[in-house]
Amino acid sequence: MNTKIIRVGFLAVALALSLFAQTARAETPFIIVASTSSTQNSGLFDFLLPKFQRQSGIDVRVLAVGTGQAVRLARNGDADILFVHHKPSEEKFVADGFGVARFDVMYNEFVIVGPARDPAAIAGTVSAAAALNLIAGAEAPFVSRGDDSGTHKREKSLWQQAGIDIAGLTSNWYRETGSGMGATLNIAAAMEAYTLADSGTWLNFHNRQGLKILLRGDPLLFNQYGVILVNKATHPHVKSILGQRFVDWLLSPAGQDAINSFAIGGERAFTANAPADIVLPSKEQSE
Amino acid sequence: MTDFGAAISTAFALVAHLDRDLSEVVLLSLKVSISAVLIASVIGLPIGAALALFRFPGRTIFIVVLNAFMGLPPVVIGLIVYLLLSRAGPFGVFGLLFTPTAMIIAQVLLITPLIAALARQVMETLWLEYEEQLRSLGTTPLRALGALLWDGRFSLMTAVLAGFGRAIAEVGAVMIVGGNIDHVTRVMTTSIALEVSKGNLALALGLGIILVVLSVLVNGMVYFLRGNQRQGGTL
Amino acid sequence: MIQADAPTILPLELKDVSLQAGQHRLIKDVSCTLDAKDVTIIIGPNGAGKSLLLRLCHGLLTPSAGAIHWHGANGRDPSLYQAMVFQRPVMLRRSVRANIDFALSLRKVPRRLRHNLIEEALHRAGLNRFAKTPARVLSFGEQQRLALARSWALRPQILFLDEPTASIDPAATHVIEEVIMAMRKEGTKIVMCTHDLGQARRLADEVIFLHRGRILEKSGAAEFFAGPKNDLAQAFLRGELLWWHRRELTPP
Repeated sequence: MNTKIIRVGFLAVALALSLFAQTARAETPFIIVASTSSTQNSGLFDFLLPKFQRQSGIDVRVLAVGTGQAVRLARNGDADILFVHHKPSEEKFVADGFGVARFDVMYNEFVIVGPARDPAAIAGTVSAAAALNLIAGAEAPFVSRGDDSGTHKREKSLWQQAGIDIAGLTSNWYRETGSGMGATLNIAAAMEAYTLADSGTWLNFHNRQGLKILLRGDPLLFNQYGVILVNKATHPHVKSILGQRFVDWLLSPAGQDAINSFAIGGERAFTANAPADIVLPSKEQSE
Repeated sequence: MTDFGAAISTAFALVAHLDRDLSEVVLLSLKVSISAVLIASVIGLPIGAALALFRFPGRTIFIVVLNAFMGLPPVVIGLIVYLLLSRAGPFGVFGLLFTPTAMIIAQVLLITPLIAALARQVMETLWLEYEEQLRSLGTTPLRALGALLWDGRFSLMTAVLAGFGRAIAEVGAVMIVGGNIDHVTRVMTTSIALEVSKGNLALALGLGIILVVLSVLVNGMVYFLRGNQRQGGTL
Repeated sequence: MIQADAPTILPLELKDVSLQAGQHRLIKDVSCTLDAKDVTIIIGPNGAGKSLLLRLCHGLLTPSAGAIHWHGANGRDPSLYQAMVFQRPVMLRRSVRANIDFALSLRKVPRRLRHNLIEEALHRAGLNRFAKTPARVLSFGEQQRLALARSWALRPQILFLDEPTASIDPAATHVIEEVIMAMRKEGTKIVMCTHDLGQARRLADEVIFLHRGRILEKSGAAEFFAGPKNDLAQAFLRGELLWWHRRELTPP
């Protein structure tokens, strides 16, 4: 009986120790950034954040969720930074007092991808509205994210531009997945359907099957990313100092250069466009 | 059609190179789910045993609800825990959201009903066998509980393993309360979800294979320990 | 409970005891007194209620009507002075010795006294060499001996046995009967029900004949086996199963 008890006891103690042992990581200062799956899936953060972490010693923990969820998280005070790509939502966030100020960081584009055989024959059209009209006319399968994300909101406004009432559709060529970009692309690939994708996710997406970019370049497909520091006044626990350093770095030449140098398969994924003459809040106030 | 062969070779390659990210993710999965199952067992086993042994008003309803809770969707539990731990919520001040602790809490809530319900079943059968003799000997309810929990330890181990299986396989709860943060709260299941969303299906499947193998190893280890005790034990 | 000199809780008196389950009365208006000196064997056909009667006496069942009274208890808890052996031995998944230890701990016997009690009980039942063996590994007969040993360690004033040798071979039965009689010699009142008429003849000082929940006859063993007064008892002794009513009996 004794040896068995000793062995089991030792196992239990070892298990308990390993379970509750904290790694050194716990002591490193960190901030939480609520961002979107598009930036995550593109691989930008994996490339960018180690540079910032090395320079500042601050750990950046990214929550990659839909834009709507990211904004909600930041409103609740569960994140220190909001970094998404839907300007109206971002401006409302600041106006409502949850954010300190909003800054342009970088941009890329949305693209319409679809099956290589292009049943609606949209390849060659210049405007997104025209392409969407062709798709609707041909009742070609189209997959929407349907999740209130930045991409989804842009998609809805494009249908509006095209004069097509999506809500009033009777036939079922238009499908809403209620999912992130990656899941939606997987479905589009399997269904041989059209969809609107952000170029970051698309460039790093490896299950294209028969899908390819069929339309890009329409100014309406411009995709701007903005960064906001959550307001300490509304959420006193927010790590303003650390967060501000991240914002500063993103907007600084170092950060902007890093963004510009991020490439997927040789192609630049995001173009940095922070205004050169911005006055950073940290320069104005002392913390 | 994704090549299953590619998935298997990916899995081997990851393991063979002792990929650092992989081992991090595996260890975190184990840490979260094993912690959760230990805590859930400490809570759930006595509850299950007590339900088997004691009669009290409302017992039937309690059992029905408990059994129903076995089917609680992980994503719902994740949502509830998020609302509780959010800064905007009642327990936000502890700053537990997006940490492994939050994941453990969510998984404990997920698997405690399962362990309790299965334990009740095991204990009821045992109590049927033991009740008369134990009452004849003059047992107190508490001692009966303890004796039965110990005597039923092998069957109860299956209940615990069922809980572990459910915990290590779920993605809905840990995704919401953990946030799938790289190096902090990324576990096997959330990694798989991420790779699927990036279209890396072979890698996702490879990770899935590793997860299954892990589960087999844990179960095997438990049975090995149990087997030893069966043969020579003097307990 | 353990003190040999604790005052006895006997005699046990049952007064108009009935046990009802749903519509049926399983034990009907049973009145009798059990006192210390005799080995009381309860016999009767299947379904007569022998097991139920034992459990009523031992306190495992509560009567639906009537009273059960331990005249010697005087405020003490009578259950501390009793023990029961069932038809199937119920052993915990632990060693032989640990099973007896468990019972002793339930009766709150101080740890320092337990070792000797266990040793002695194992010795009396002839189970010394199995002390560290997992109890469940023992044969059925050996487990039943263990059940007896466990009861013995408790030094009960009264021991109830519910057909303890019903499923056991003759050799093991003999050993068990010897242990029972040894306990009897040390002062434990034995109340046992059995199917085995030979066993009843061997062990009984007093016989209670139970039929369909009623005590039809209670008398000294010699007297009973020579010739019971009750006709159903007579039929039972002749080996005839009783499933007809009295009025259907044909005269012998």
